Amino acid sequence: MSGVPWGETKLVQGNEAVALGALAAGIDFFAGYPITPSTEVAEVLSREMPLIGKRWIQMEDEIASISAIIGGSLAGAKSMTATSGPGFSLMQEGLGYACMTEVPLVLVNVMRGGPSTGLPTQVAQGDVMQARWGTHGDHPTIVLAPTDVKECFTLTIEAFNLAEEFRTPVILMPDEVIGHMREKLTFPKEEEICVTPQLTPDVPIEWYEHYHTSATGVSPMARFGSGYRFHVTGLTHDTHGFPTRKVDEVVSKMNRLKQKITRRLDRLENNNIHNVEESDVVIFCYGSVYRSALAAQQILAKQHKKVGIFRPITIWPFPDRTVKELLDSKDVILVPELNQGQMIHEVERLTSDSVRVVPLHRFDGYEITPEQLVAAVLEVM
Amino acid sequence: MPAKLPYTYKYLRSKKKFPHVWCPGCGIGIVMGSIIRAIDSLDWELDDILMVSGIGCTSRMPVYVDFNTLHTAHGRALAYGTGAKMANPKLKVLAVMGDGDSMAIGGNHIIHAARRNMDITAIIVNNNNYGMTGGQFSPTTPQGAKTSTTPYGMIEPDFDICKLIGAAGANFVARGDVYHVVELDNMIKKALSGTGFRVVEALAPCPTNFGRANRQGDAVDMMKILKNETINIAQAAKLPKNKTDGKIVRGIFTDKSEIGYTERYNNLCERVASEVKK
Repeated sequence: MSGVPWGETKLVQGNEAVALGALAAGIDFFAGYPITPSTEVAEVLSREMPLIGKRWIQMEDEIASISAIIGGSLAGAKSMTATSGPGFSLMQEGLGYACMTEVPLVLVNVMRGGPSTGLPTQVAQGDVMQARWGTHGDHPTIVLAPTDVKECFTLTIEAFNLAEEFRTPVILMPDEVIGHMREKLTFPKEEEICVTPQLTPDVPIEWYEHYHTSATGVSPMARFGSGYRFHVTGLTHDTHGFPTRKVDEVVSKMNRLKQKITRRLDRLENNNIHNVEESDVVIFCYGSVYRSALAAQQILAKQHKKVGIFRPITIWPFPDRTVKELLDSKDVILVPELNQGQMIHEVERLTSDSVRVVPLHRFDGYEITPEQLVAAVLEVM
Repeated sequence: MPAKLPYTYKYLRSKKKFPHVWCPGCGIGIVMGSIIRAIDSLDWELDDILMVSGIGCTSRMPVYVDFNTLHTAHGRALAYGTGAKMANPKLKVLAVMGDGDSMAIGGNHIIHAARRNMDITAIIVNNNNYGMTGGQFSPTTPQGAKTSTTPYGMIEPDFDICKLIGAAGANFVARGDVYHVVELDNMIKKALSGTGFRVVEALAPCPTNFGRANRQGDAVDMMKILKNETINIAQAAKLPKNKTDGKIVRGIFTDKSEIGYTERYNNLCERVASEVKK
């Protein structure tokens, strides 16, 4: 197989679909370091990218990998890296740098059991809060969590698009089950997908500000070597990119970093919502657990029992408004997660005391099964 | 004000960013001058140059020069520079780092940049300590030296930057100092003019921290140390060993012209593309 098999139907692995999605989105540069269970992303791209003259490199560690793609992105390449928990921890430094310097990139983190080396080949959703708050300091975060092989393809394209639109890193976070499973996937035709081009400036060179303040908070970004010469630093900087400690400039930068996300939540919010309005009990889940929830819903329907499902596809920023609107009137919200309870705190934050928010934790390296969910729903009904 | 500005003004963000952060007597400004003179003699376009740095005193250099400039995280200059070079091979990537930045936290990146022969020129300003944080010991602090974290003297052996980088595979390795400036200018020019990974170690005084902790006197006294305690490699070759013992040798230690990573990657792309066509 060479390149994206546009329009064809194939049996594809999740990680392979991520790699093909990156090619579909026009990836120019990949830098990575081997780690289970994400390695197939790097392997597929190492095979495909040199064939079309795109740049691929295996760096000496994960810190170097994310550093390289930040440098690559600043020099004009649509860039991505892929890793898993231990590597994700190492990449927090670069992630913060890319947030601060507003560099578009895609970081794929295929979640495995942690902490530390944990369960390298087994599933978990333990990185949800690290993805939100892992790097130091306040910072914007966009995280997408696919639930099947098709979404591994489509959401990778979306991750590249959002990275350009928001000029920020976007994290794609399949759990191990999604990364490693194989499913039938019918690829779209090339003309059916939407790829956001790099937003580059057209102002005269002397007018260019690397962090120009615009209505959306995002301004076109020049690339190194394009004739616009600019400075990039992880130090807090003014609109030209030079370090500053002036109070008004610091506050303006920090506010804009936050607001470029919070002012455009509608563009980012993306949920699957099934039978939530007519059900008293709702399962709130994401990633691979959503698959089990759909199966549990069918099993329960046969028993004439109604259960709703709320699944955020974009897990950060959290869909606060919709969760409050749809879930605050429910009797019970069941929050099954492959961790000891992370996203459940967001649901609790947004619902009144009258709503019972019930956890279901699994952190033994195995997936939550439909039967487990059926039993949990019947218990709370 | 002279009627005609010195040519260096073309290279400096002179209106915006000065005065600079470096202490009186610091050697980093002299190294910056050497870099500018070397680039000027090569007649490079400002737009084509990317100066990348990590964190520390030396790594503040990019903010003062009017190239494409990238001030990254501690130790990572070469990793960011590698990505930029891969993405846009037309960029002439110049990394400036201190001894702590390049040899401690960035030690892994530099040996791999050397192994790959990544097309980057790295200028390492070696002042034997971490200046920005107040003079702690670095991997190039000599044994016995006092720093703010070796109050009883340094017990660890130090790295020889040139031997390390040469052994790791770099095309060009040289050592100069900020007293012998013409020599340093020429070394940097030579470093900038070839392929592969190319390193110039520039010895420089840090009178504020290292000099004070080790009672080496003021900036002028420290310059005299560079004058008297270093020796050019050609001169050293002519002298008996007992005359050169204990002296730091300046000069070009490695000068190869093996193909760099960029060309090797381009060759790979061409080869696999033609194999697929067959």
